[in-house]
Amino acid sequence: MLKRTEFLSKNYGVEGGWLIEPYVKSGGYQSAKRALGMTREQVVAEAKAAHIRGRGGAGFDCGTKWSFMPPPGDKPHYLVVNADEGEPGTFKDRTIMEMNPHALIEGCIIGAYAIGAHAAYIYVRDELHLSKARLWGAIHEAREKGYLGERPFGQSWAMQVYVHTGAGAYICGEETALLNSLEGRRGEPRIKPPFPAQYGAFGMPTTVNNVETIAIMPTVFKVGGDAFSRESALHDLGDGGARLFGVSGHVKRPGVYEAAVGLTLRELIYDLGGGILDDRPLLGVIPGGSSCPIMLEEEIVNVEGDERFAPYNGKSVLDLPMGVDTYRRTGNMLGTCCAIVLNDSVDPVRAAQNLARFYRHESCGQCTPCREGCGWIERLFDKVVAGEATLEELNQVHQVASNIMGNTICAFGDGAATPMLAFVRKFRPQFEEYVRRGEAERNARRAALGSGDHGRSLASEAR
Amino acid sequence: MAFSLNEAQEREFEDILARYPNQMAACIPALHFCQDANENWVSPEVIQFVAERLSLPTAHVLGVVTFYTLFNQEKPGKHQVWVCRTLSCALRGSEEILAHCEKRLGVHAGGTTQNGRITLRTAECLASCGSAPMMQVDKDYYENLTIEQVDQILDRLMQEA
Repeated sequence: MLKRTEFLSKNYGVEGGWLIEPYVKSGGYQSAKRALGMTREQVVAEAKAAHIRGRGGAGFDCGTKWSFMPPPGDKPHYLVVNADEGEPGTFKDRTIMEMNPHALIEGCIIGAYAIGAHAAYIYVRDELHLSKARLWGAIHEAREKGYLGERPFGQSWAMQVYVHTGAGAYICGEETALLNSLEGRRGEPRIKPPFPAQYGAFGMPTTVNNVETIAIMPTVFKVGGDAFSRESALHDLGDGGARLFGVSGHVKRPGVYEAAVGLTLRELIYDLGGGILDDRPLLGVIPGGSSCPIMLEEEIVNVEGDERFAPYNGKSVLDLPMGVDTYRRTGNMLGTCCAIVLNDSVDPVRAAQNLARFYRHESCGQCTPCREGCGWIERLFDKVVAGEATLEELNQVHQVASNIMGNTICAFGDGAATPMLAFVRKFRPQFEEYVRRGEAERNARRAALGSGDHGRSLASEAR
Repeated sequence: MAFSLNEAQEREFEDILARYPNQMAACIPALHFCQDANENWVSPEVIQFVAERLSLPTAHVLGVVTFYTLFNQEKPGKHQVWVCRTLSCALRGSEEILAHCEKRLGVHAGGTTQNGRITLRTAECLASCGSAPMMQVDKDYYENLTIEQVDQILDRLMQEA
């Protein structure tokens, strides 16, 4: 169901909309003030009532995550905001940092208070220089107003927010790699447990949240957790509120749009995205960042034994509301809600090869199955495209991908293998066509060798 | 030649250290800061400097430098140009943009023009998928690119003083 909202995006595109004056004028920092007047348990309960599923892709309930933190003791607690946006297709967090940075700073105050932290680190990937500048600007403005510092809003809850930068590594978006990077180490993921809530940044209890998850918190405390949750068409499935949707690739109006949770992919592509570029047929759509398996229009929803899915059974997956659980139950993955749309001018084999290169490039190299497997898959795809692969080698993709999945420290391995498998499964004829064409060419060359001028053919073969 | 910071830079360096509960955490921001102050590259002297100032083993700092793609272990051209080539950009013509840059500058991705002005690189997803194709020039994003715009940008970089 398409329902546009403007909780986060009201000042998008307004000159100076990122400064503190317009933000405060429209009620900004009142939510933080309100939260600091509540008990920590009340703040966590309010967040739980909003059913904010983590906006970074994993979809874990934010209030529940906060409740995992131990009660404040001798150790300092930390809030870490994951702004290492780099999942191919995803570009929503950047818009918050550039055009509504105060929502994130205010959200940091609320989130830090909820988990018993006095400091928040926003881990921004280095390339986003404008985002970093806007965030630092917002931090200085908030300090001047006394919203950050020793006694925000007159409450005895000292609060500081810092921007930390990465240095170009996709893996640092994985929360434990991010923590290592924040600590000044190589960004290699850590083995879990211990989870960050027990042993996070600097060995202290830590919560890592996505930018959008934190930035929506001022809205939650403004309209009330339950009321905000009910904005969503999937409130009953525990997937509440509104969120940012991105659409890129072959659509007429690519960009970031805000809408209530429960939007369908078809609405995202055709209503918000303006339809498919050149009005061509849809080849497929990757719903929420490249680690999600590609979805085809002809795939049909079929979930048995759950009344809540009855309205969608028999329909195309494009007409299924985009929710964490609706997607999980149908074998898909919601991810970041930033879709990449491919029209039928795309060669799916080349698209898979493009993504295979990305994952090979970004594997941190810590676990052998991922380090070797990602390179192996890329080389196999390269051979397929060059017409040098056999059917046996094409089948090897399944084997290599299966050997990555579940055998690595972090979720990168699964995130790399799953989309590759989906491409090979769903576009098998196109992959086989490359193999067949290659084999035919080789056979033709061999035949020419057998019948014609040996010397010349061998020379051309060698070339 | 040993690497050092001037007085104003020293103050900023101390500011960075003050953000963290321990010195090691400042490793990446400190390397960025020194790289910016050292013509965009992390020389062995910079590594030595950061290691000493943060009381870290040189091997730790070197390990960090080699893990992340944005620390240059060789001096790049005066300007750095990154052309994003991941899927969303590829769907909107990044291959043509890259090929055009390579032809115009007479270098392959990864190379530096003979006059030392531009280092051309490829990048994986720069979170600008909705405004593809795009490229990053030093610290700025250029989005929704056409070949004509790329020409204008490259001309400016090649010519300006």
